[in-house]
Amino acid sequence: MSAVDVIDHLVGIVPGSHLAGLRAQRVQARDNAQASYLSLFQPDDPRGFSLLERFAVAVFVAALHQQPAIAAFYGEALAAQPGGATLAPTIAAEAARGVTHGPYGHFPAGPLSVEDTDGMVFTPGTAAGPKLAAALAHAHMLVFHPRDAAAEHLRALEAAGWTVDAIVTLSQLVAFLSFQIRVIVGLRALAAAPALEAC
Amino acid sequence: MSEANVFTQAQLNWQPWLPPLPESELTDRHWAGLVDPSRAKSPYFMLLARDPDILGARTRTDKDIFYNPTAGLPRAERELSAAATSRLNGCIYCASVHSRFATQFSKRGADVERLLAEGVGVDLDARWNAVIAASVALTETPIQFTTADIESLRATGMDDLSISDAIHGAAFFNWANRLMLSLGEAQAEDSRHLTKS
Repeated sequence: MSAVDVIDHLVGIVPGSHLAGLRAQRVQARDNAQASYLSLFQPDDPRGFSLLERFAVAVFVAALHQQPAIAAFYGEALAAQPGGATLAPTIAAEAARGVTHGPYGHFPAGPLSVEDTDGMVFTPGTAAGPKLAAALAHAHMLVFHPRDAAAEHLRALEAAGWTVDAIVTLSQLVAFLSFQIRVIVGLRALAAAPALEAC
Repeated sequence: MSEANVFTQAQLNWQPWLPPLPESELTDRHWAGLVDPSRAKSPYFMLLARDPDILGARTRTDKDIFYNPTAGLPRAERELSAAATSRLNGCIYCASVHSRFATQFSKRGADVERLLAEGVGVDLDARWNAVIAASVALTETPIQFTTADIESLRATGMDDLSISDAIHGAAFFNWANRLMLSLGEAQAEDSRHLTKS
């Protein structure tokens, strides 16, 4: 196990603090959020989804959330991968192009159609290569308009070289980051708003 | 069976768009990832079992956030955060499961139904409004959650562990919604669920 808990690190939680005490009361949630991070970013076997691709997607997702410290954390790991430093500017440029506001999207036709909202459908450039570009398009949809997801999007990933197992891991990675980033932002706010009754 | 197109507290099914693992292919590592052997009957968990390590860690995270009974936010309001998040993201399947749980634990089925019917702008009471507003602020991208949300939650009498539970409930459903929405679709058993009752 990595010694550094990523959520603690990115929130700035130190041992003995109020927030550390709160997290210790949900120790399974804390430890398994970290275990989730490790299984996605230090896998025993990357199985068709390389570490370079994993960190590239992570940087993209964090940047789409406009979380620079989190994007920098994953960016450091991306730069440490073979080819990562070369790829990093492409990922940053793609994310800058993809920034928008969510969630938007469409419901299955019916009474909810009145709530349908249009938004950006991200078309990746070619610089990342076809396989990674397909992952960036999918990640953008999952971040901003997941209710637009359709079976045809999985066929597009398969056509770009993604295996069924790797699509499951890609989906988990983007979905996990959507969780991890929100826990970090939420706990930062809690740490910044000290309880009034603390006297 | 047809694709569900309305939010409901009724039981829905979920149909995968990729092939789940057949039970005959499960190894010890897959069984460990499933955590509960009964989940081998679920196409959702059998599809996620294709990456058993992240499935196992995800499941244990989920269980502690929602089922840990020690102190913190009452179960009903953890479920409310999940239902509100699912309503905003548009996950009809997740919303059905967790609105049922919210109703079961709160005995406020009519209020839960209003959340589903009217959406996250519904006006229920101060405490439920604060939980829903916090879930919405956390679910938007970029995330809109600030210390003002902390103060709103605290003003309803919540301690910091409860607030942390609310944060984790909404955050976790930003994980779950994206899996359920992107790997398959919710299906209603018959026409009763296709239109508002």
